[in-house]
Amino acid sequence: MTELLGIEEKTYTLNLGPQHPSTHGVLRVILEMDGEFIIKAEPVIGYGHRGHEHMAENRNYTQFLPNLARVDYLHALAYNQCYCMAVEKFLDLKVPERAEYIRVITCELNRITSHLLWFGAYLMDLGAFTPFLYCFDDREHLLDLLDGLTGSRLTYCFFRFGGVPIDIDDDFVAGCRAFVSRLRSRWDDYNNLVTKNVIFINRTRDVGIITRDQCIKYGITGPILRGSGIPYDIRKSEAYSAYPEFDFEIPIGSKGDIYDRYIVRLAEMEQSCRIIEQACNQLPDGPIMAEKVPKRIKPPVGEVYQAVETARGSFGMYIVSQGDVKPYRIKLRTPSFANMSFFPEMAVDNLVADLVANLGSIDVVIPEIDR
Amino acid sequence: MELVAQLLGSEGARMVVGLIAVIALVSVNALFLIWMERKVAAHMQLRPGPMEVGPHGAFQTVADAIKLMGKELITPAEVDKPIFWLAPIVIFLPVLLSFLVIPFSSTWIIRDMDVGILLILAFSTLSVLSILMAGWSSNNKYAVFGAIRSVAQNIAYEIPLLVTVMSIILMVGSFKLTDIVAAQSGLWFVVVQPLAFILFIICATAETNRAPFDIPEAESELVAGFHTEYTGMRFALFFLAEYTNMFIAAAVATLLFLGGWHGPFLPGVVWFLIKVYAVIFLLMWFRWTFPRTRFDQLITFAWKILIPLAFVNLLITALVLKLR
Repeated sequence: MTELLGIEEKTYTLNLGPQHPSTHGVLRVILEMDGEFIIKAEPVIGYGHRGHEHMAENRNYTQFLPNLARVDYLHALAYNQCYCMAVEKFLDLKVPERAEYIRVITCELNRITSHLLWFGAYLMDLGAFTPFLYCFDDREHLLDLLDGLTGSRLTYCFFRFGGVPIDIDDDFVAGCRAFVSRLRSRWDDYNNLVTKNVIFINRTRDVGIITRDQCIKYGITGPILRGSGIPYDIRKSEAYSAYPEFDFEIPIGSKGDIYDRYIVRLAEMEQSCRIIEQACNQLPDGPIMAEKVPKRIKPPVGEVYQAVETARGSFGMYIVSQGDVKPYRIKLRTPSFANMSFFPEMAVDNLVADLVANLGSIDVVIPEIDR
Repeated sequence: MELVAQLLGSEGARMVVGLIAVIALVSVNALFLIWMERKVAAHMQLRPGPMEVGPHGAFQTVADAIKLMGKELITPAEVDKPIFWLAPIVIFLPVLLSFLVIPFSSTWIIRDMDVGILLILAFSTLSVLSILMAGWSSNNKYAVFGAIRSVAQNIAYEIPLLVTVMSIILMVGSFKLTDIVAAQSGLWFVVVQPLAFILFIICATAETNRAPFDIPEAESELVAGFHTEYTGMRFALFFLAEYTNMFIAAAVATLLFLGGWHGPFLPGVVWFLIKVYAVIFLLMWFRWTFPRTRFDQLITFAWKILIPLAFVNLLITALVLKLR
């Protein structure tokens, strides 16, 4: 037809973002399109660059602590924990067991808030508005709980080198238990309305498949990696803090499509609930801060690496010290950055609607990519 | 009552009264439906919805309408101006005209045409034209996307819609809406033709661009689809047309399947409106429960499932009528 009319077929460029409802912040994707199909997708990152790594070089160890909550604002406590553990490694501090338990409980609560937000926001990407508010209703209870303990609702700066500053009380433990049972009572609703929804299944099954090999090649971690069937979780493989003492599973998927990632994230929330329950039951007594934490943090010359499992994958911190009060260099290995690197390959030959579904399924937090 | 009847007897007075009534109905209905949508959505989402302006926020949409009137009408530099200006008007006119033939009760009808149902279906098709005009003239890629999708979707869903309506017309033997309703005085057609009713509701949802088929204005993909570049009252006209379209779709469903104005005790008009708003509630329920379908799946669904089903339904209807 086009030949008959003498029309030349052309592709065109579509600029998705930086202001677009589904880019979850300020991500820009330059799309080369043929009709509704994507030929090439090029993410442009850096709109939210704040230079956290450079900031670290200009302030002392304690002053950098609040920065980390701003890198991944959805799972701030894991970042707190990673940094604290790295510095504790430097200083050779032994964190008391009760403090480790408090860290685990709050960190898992925070993981649930992150996954709940993903669940809601992702369904909003797919055009279902209502689940978003149900998730936020659940999340609100958690935020109130964490707010009561840490004093903030999103950008927590709760952990300290050597422990935690505030002890948890019986009310908090009771609140955790109440929340766990509340969340469990909601699974039926979520499964009936979303997981078993034909439209949802049609949009996510066999879409955005990432194979095991591709995961390893691109350094993808977190629920995406587990959705592809590799049971890798730093909480198990390089167990830190009090995690070895708890009994929990690593949920994995089989195909590596969006649906698997969705199932994995939902199952992870349940596993987090299990960890919280066990931690509440076994909570030991004792101090919450290590003894002899130096007033002035001045680690010896050397370098240290610490990784934790955040809601988005493996987050690593590499700190080089030259014996000064300021770190010489801090490198943040953020999971979303690595996960995002696969996105251009994933988006090709798909529809725009799938692009949105794919992007959402990676669960990107833009400041974490841009740092 | 007699005076009104006398007045309505004369053709000119009938036209004037009808026009005023339609315009009043369209605006009040749109204001009410937007409020209703927000309330329905809110209660499905564990929140109260608008509560401040008037009792339970009843005047919220009035306030919104006044705000929209005060907004600047932005015309972007690169748009095709005449078409850009015309599109909101073109979307609104056929919507108004459809009201000509809708019987609210056995007597409340502006003009009882012999081809009533055909007229409504023909006019509802026209809205595609204005969506295409709006999308194309906006000179915005997202808007063009929305327009292209809208055309493909409307063409795909028009066919099963018409075929479904045909099976009803076969049963009645008339295109006249009053005849169709009169034929349901005993048994509503929804009982006789349940499949047709389901097909009709699905197609009507797609025709009115409502979720889960709101592809032309899929927010998470296309920002606001074909009306991305429209502001102020122009945007409001699209909005108004969308909600009025919903009313018409629900009214047609009521007339074809739910027995129109038939019902015990209450006057016919009240029954008609109750049924219409019940169908609208159903459409709202869909919107706030389902995720959006993907464009290709939507088209596949229409061509591979709905159209064959509609034809099967038509054949069965014809067979049964022949054998009886």
